[in-house]
Amino acid sequence: MIEALEPVRIGLVLVFVLLGLFFTFVSMTGVIRLPDIYSRAHTASQADTLGAGFALAAVALVIGWDGAGFKSLILLFFIFVTNPTAAHGIARAAFEEGIVPWTEGDDRR
Amino acid sequence: MSLVDTAVVAGYTVSDVLLLAAAGFVVLAIGMLYRAVKGPTMQDRVLAVNVLGTNTVVILAILGAALSEPTFLDIALIYALLNFLMAIAISKFTVERGGVL
Repeated sequence: MIEALEPVRIGLVLVFVLLGLFFTFVSMTGVIRLPDIYSRAHTASQADTLGAGFALAAVALVIGWDGAGFKSLILLFFIFVTNPTAAHGIARAAFEEGIVPWTEGDDRR
Repeated sequence: MSLVDTAVVAGYTVSDVLLLAAAGFVVLAIGMLYRAVKGPTMQDRVLAVNVLGTNTVVILAILGAALSEPTFLDIALIYALLNFLMAIAISKFTVERGGVL
């Protein structure tokens, strides 16, 4: 690793960790606050995937050019593929079970 | 000297920052547990547990980097696989026709 680039790397790690925390916070707020299963699946598949991706990118940057670093990159790719797929499957199962989507004026939370 | 021992600000190393971030992720996971307990439908609970599992994977990876234990990444990989399998299996076998994907 080139020595002069080390501060850049540390700064990127800090930025990625903070972004990951922020997007996971957005996802948590959505999962708690949104009214029905479909909107919750929406926030769980997008904001949470992005948050996990940023955090795993930070981990890969910390570990560096190493076998474990590649493992965390594989983990990142895997989460990016499977998390939206799982949310889609859950929302589809909810639709097949006949849960009606939330519309304005509906009081359930 | 590896990267995790490098000081960032006020004597705190990268390892300290990562441990603090892991603590933040744990707090967020406890927040999501609310939906897993309350969630009116079964799919709400499955979704909340799925999000919790993703959070656990991230926490494991961050701890593995902060404590310099690469073995944690293997555990995180297996956990991600089992998490995906759980979500797909439950949503597939609770509906009548089962064609969720």
